Amino acid sequence: MNRRVVAAFACGLVFALGLGLSGMTHPARILGFLDVFGRWDPTLIFTMMGAVGVHLPLLWLIRRRSAPLFAPRLELPTKKDLDARLIGGSALFGVGWALGGFCPGPAVVSVFGGRSDNFVFFIALLAGMALRSLGRLPTMTKAEGSVRA
Amino acid sequence: MGHLAPHIAPLPALAGGAIIGLAASALMLLIGQVAGISGMVTGVLRPVPGQWPWRAAFVLGLLAGGFAWFLIDPSVFGHIPRPLPVVAAAGVIVGYGVTMGGGCTSGHGVCGISRLSRRSIVATCTFMATGIVTAGIWRLIFGAVQ
Repeated sequence: MNRRVVAAFACGLVFALGLGLSGMTHPARILGFLDVFGRWDPTLIFTMMGAVGVHLPLLWLIRRRSAPLFAPRLELPTKKDLDARLIGGSALFGVGWALGGFCPGPAVVSVFGGRSDNFVFFIALLAGMALRSLGRLPTMTKAEGSVRA
Repeated sequence: MGHLAPHIAPLPALAGGAIIGLAASALMLLIGQVAGISGMVTGVLRPVPGQWPWRAAFVLGLLAGGFAWFLIDPSVFGHIPRPLPVVAAAGVIVGYGVTMGGGCTSGHGVCGISRLSRRSIVATCTFMATGIVTAGIWRLIFGAVQ
């Protein structure tokens, strides 16, 4: 076990605690947020405000550093273009989000929540990801190339 | 616009969001990685050399955090108020869409917006827009969304 792995595990654990506290593991809340023409539930806005309100200034400070603590460099996305994949994929995601009330984070956190419908969503999520990513050439993952921040 | 839903919980949502922002910041400070959940899960399914261990560890952390919630307070989890075939279709569409679009609510929404990335801001506006339209169509056909 190296410290990068331990750090990533701890960050995932804290992330999950935040997601649970925020109410985002309730699909009905997400559906209520997207239902702006009905009984609108603005809760997700507060979660986004909390997350961006903390991450934006901290990220700005972290990017002043020459390197992260346990890795040689900050790995930030380098792509700049607004291509059809970005728009088309995001558009599809929004449709699925409004049908099931889950985005990937809460779906993963809910796997051991003891609800069978949540588990069905998770398995279907993996199937959809596999459908898109398996069999494609690794050019896709070049988006994860890094720059020295 | 209609009425606001009952049981709105702004304070836990704000606090939970702040914890999410802290976790994303810690991941960047410690190992220099963006906390994008869809990229991590696809990276576990389809490993990129050198990236698999930390991605698997983060996803395990998410699962462990979920299990901790299950032990502490299972009421944080909720039913999906949709028929099971719709749930399954929704999962496949979300999985396909986030992989194609290179991110979801965490990677594009939280991390990308915090970086003021134009791609992530466009992606977030796009999935919010199609989500709102889809929910509106569902309401028109079935009368209620939740």
